[in-house]
Amino acid sequence: MKERILRMMLPAAALFMTIPALAWAEEAAEAAAPVIDTGDTSFVLISAALVMLMTLPGLALFYGGLSRKKNILSTIMYSFFAMVVISIQWALFGYSLSFAPDVGQIIGNLDWVGLKGVGFAPSDVYGTTIPHMAFMVFQLMFAVITPALISGAFAERMRFPAFLAFLILWSTLVYDPVAHWVWGGGWLGTLGSLDFAGGTVVHILSGVSGLVACLVLGKRKGYGSEPMIPHNLPFVVIGASLLWFGWFGFNAGSALGANGLAASAFVVTHLATAAAALSWVVAEWTHRGKPTILGAATGAVAGLVAITPASGFVDPMPAIIIGLVSGVVCYVAVGVIKAKLGYDDSLDAFGVHGIGGTWGALATGIFANPAVNPAGIGLLYGNPGQITIQIISIAASWAIAGVGTLVILKAIGVVTKLRATDEEQDTGLDITQHGEDAYTDFVSGSPFGDLKLTGAFIQSASSTNQAKV
Amino acid sequence: MTKIECILRPGKLENVKEAVNQFGIHGMTVTQVIGCGLQKGRTEVYRGTEYSINLLPKIKLEMVIPDKDVDDVIKLIIDNARTGAIGDGKIFTYKIDDAIRIRTGETGDIAI
Repeated sequence: MKERILRMMLPAAALFMTIPALAWAEEAAEAAAPVIDTGDTSFVLISAALVMLMTLPGLALFYGGLSRKKNILSTIMYSFFAMVVISIQWALFGYSLSFAPDVGQIIGNLDWVGLKGVGFAPSDVYGTTIPHMAFMVFQLMFAVITPALISGAFAERMRFPAFLAFLILWSTLVYDPVAHWVWGGGWLGTLGSLDFAGGTVVHILSGVSGLVACLVLGKRKGYGSEPMIPHNLPFVVIGASLLWFGWFGFNAGSALGANGLAASAFVVTHLATAAAALSWVVAEWTHRGKPTILGAATGAVAGLVAITPASGFVDPMPAIIIGLVSGVVCYVAVGVIKAKLGYDDSLDAFGVHGIGGTWGALATGIFANPAVNPAGIGLLYGNPGQITIQIISIAASWAIAGVGTLVILKAIGVVTKLRATDEEQDTGLDITQHGEDAYTDFVSGSPFGDLKLTGAFIQSASSTNQAKV
Repeated sequence: MTKIECILRPGKLENVKEAVNQFGIHGMTVTQVIGCGLQKGRTEVYRGTEYSINLLPKIKLEMVIPDKDVDDVIKLIIDNARTGAIGDGKIFTYKIDDAIRIRTGETGDIAI
């Protein structure tokens, strides 16, 4: 990423050199100041909005449709509140911890707390042709979707107050440092780890944290004995399709400019996604006898995850290979290994994001072509050392995600209950956590809690089972 | 022949179904119903307006079984549906005159 930024700065430097020696000092200063490129700026702002669409409604519908109908609202609320809470957290201090000037290669300092100094002028480090605010808000959307992805692992059983605490603590203690390590001038970036759009930072972190969270919370009540099947597959397909659409902003937008690299990232993202949907469906068709739309939608997401770190480094044909492998590997993780190991990852956050993200990070080290992006030279282009670096960054991400999530959940568990009781799970989290019903097809009761308004007062008053007023 | 009609907590259906299946009864009809009894309703709030919902979701399970099995089946249902809290449901029994299998025209116990 640093080298890409350097390349962007070259034309500006060249312009500065051509100014005649006699030019006024202030003219020289103007030319030296970073120039905002309107094309780049509009592209990054649109990309930020596209990434927003991935969480809401994309992920919300994807996960909501996968849950049972008594839990869809609580599942959607996880994503909605990730947007609500992390947006504020990011502006207050999250952005500063991730991207402000480095402290010991571990974390950003507090210079940009409250977005102080983050204004119209480009940053001199990140996205040097766009307003610093545009870069900040683009990154905000990444910080939002990552904890929302984790919610798939503990959906249908985590109490909302515990989720809120987890959201804030996890984002601050796990996401912000790792974003700094990889993108903000921290040690993984210095080491040369390649992660174009967030394979480690977003997907490995969310997947592995999801696995640990579902182990800490325990299985849903009735897991293995009651059917827990998606209640609305059209929602799942709409959600997955919106994720696919929004992911163009996620990956192509990570070029931080309207340029060739963005176009390349767009194309490889699309091809890997199609390839993974294809390979998942073929694997399932061979293994279980039917090609399913749920398989196609899940496979597409697995492809999107895997291509994410590689999207700014690989050619189209390797992208197809990355997708084909991802569809099969994630299918095996979700369809075979999960059942064998017996953990209850409700909506397969780990199987898709943890496994797909790990494969993508490795694949980046294999297929990165310097002709696409001089910053990345992979195994096939004579740099076997890149694989080692990728493995180090994978291991570091697994470790901090696993340990961080475990410690955070144990700490929250001391203060409040993490898990909804069996009775609450039977009734559904929509009613017990939020007091709402998603599908009010047949409702009986009375507004304002007052049975007089129903005109059935006399009858009700004589019965012992009058509703609680 | 006796018809057993029971109202259950939605979360208990799988247990009851599994138990009577193992007992050897495979025919049943299940309906999602709402109703009220001793259990109080609940309150839902939509945009600040409170609604008291006094009919709660339940499962109605109906099956017709030979008279000799009635006591055993009722015990099985109670064992598998009971939590001890208000709202566990009810079991009703009815005498049935006859049963006819449409496909074959068989009647009596063999048809159920």
